[in-house]
Amino acid sequence: MDYLEIMLLAILVICGIFTCATKNLMASLIIFMAYSIIMSVIWALLQAPDLAVTEAAVGAGISGILMFVTLRRLRDIRDAGGKQTDEELS
Amino acid sequence: MKSFREWFRDWDSGRYDLTEMTASSGEAFREDPDSGSSRWARTEVFSIRADVTGTFRKLYPVMSLILCAVIIVFLLYTVEALPPFASADTPANAGEVSLRYNSMALEETGALNVVSGVILDYRAFDTLGESHVLFAAAVAVFILMLEPTKGAGPETLGVSPDTVLEGTARVLGPVIAVFGIYIILNGHLGPGGGFAGGSVLSGAMILIRMTSRGRDGKGLLSMKGYRIITASSLIFYSLAKGYSFWCGANGHETIFSAGEAGRIFSAGLILPLNIAVGAVVACTMYGFYSIFTGGEV
Repeated sequence: MDYLEIMLLAILVICGIFTCATKNLMASLIIFMAYSIIMSVIWALLQAPDLAVTEAAVGAGISGILMFVTLRRLRDIRDAGGKQTDEELS
Repeated sequence: MKSFREWFRDWDSGRYDLTEMTASSGEAFREDPDSGSSRWARTEVFSIRADVTGTFRKLYPVMSLILCAVIIVFLLYTVEALPPFASADTPANAGEVSLRYNSMALEETGALNVVSGVILDYRAFDTLGESHVLFAAAVAVFILMLEPTKGAGPETLGVSPDTVLEGTARVLGPVIAVFGIYIILNGHLGPGGGFAGGSVLSGAMILIRMTSRGRDGKGLLSMKGYRIITASSLIFYSLAKGYSFWCGANGHETIFSAGEAGRIFSAGLILPLNIAVGAVVACTMYGFYSIFTGGEV
């Protein structure tokens, strides 16, 4: 049990660091969702099943989906902006 | 226009950092004072960018490292002062309030899950506020996103049909939805409740919408349906809790009895309040997704 907790906490720290350090926003988001999943396992080990269920549903599910959609939207805005500047330059 | 793959590679190599992005999309709709007409014009983001690249760039990493180090030291210092996990004589375990909750919650609220008893009975006012905050956030998002879709608004994001995703959604979507409803309805008997179950349910709704929108383009809910479900849930929650606050303040017995613990129809108001919170959360999350992908709710 102790080894499992230490392993999970180590992965949690690694996920937290790489969520910030990754340049690719998509990869950063996926690592953030992995962070939430590990966090929900830790909540379950800490005898807080309500928090575990909520963390798995909200942290790893809904907020991830919403941020993916936002990323897609940003990408569209950026593409439209890039196209306009290219036309102006030519 | 660059292809998606090229753009993605540039993004991955860190070419587009924050300042680059504001520079490339830094165009805004504003009045032109000379000709008196409106046009798309570049904003002053470009001139700001020149300053940002100077001393700020050099100082920023150093200052952020120092700030992070200071915060880490303070947090570790606080962790050192925390009591060990599950020790019996901490304020959280031996305080007057938590002793009362632990010993009397089953008798007073009728909920086997003490957490549900606390958040929807003892502390129901907090949950009421949380639901209204969610509703206010949804209203703000709708005000911002719904208006420009008439005319030259952002295009709807089409999801390309994908056989694997569609097959998975057809099998898993209803199962996830049923699991979400189970979490909502089981909130007073086991772990879960309105927020968690509503999120799972909205995940199932998003999955179903994601795969079905290529064909008919319609969502699961109309805007009117969304309004009716959310508003009636919030009004029901407010009225029900208003009634129990009135009873509690005046010392009356409520008509909702705690019932026999362990049955699905027990614990007084907790089950209907869970359903109301679950409906608000599911509709709000699903509404966020469908508004962000463009088009109708």
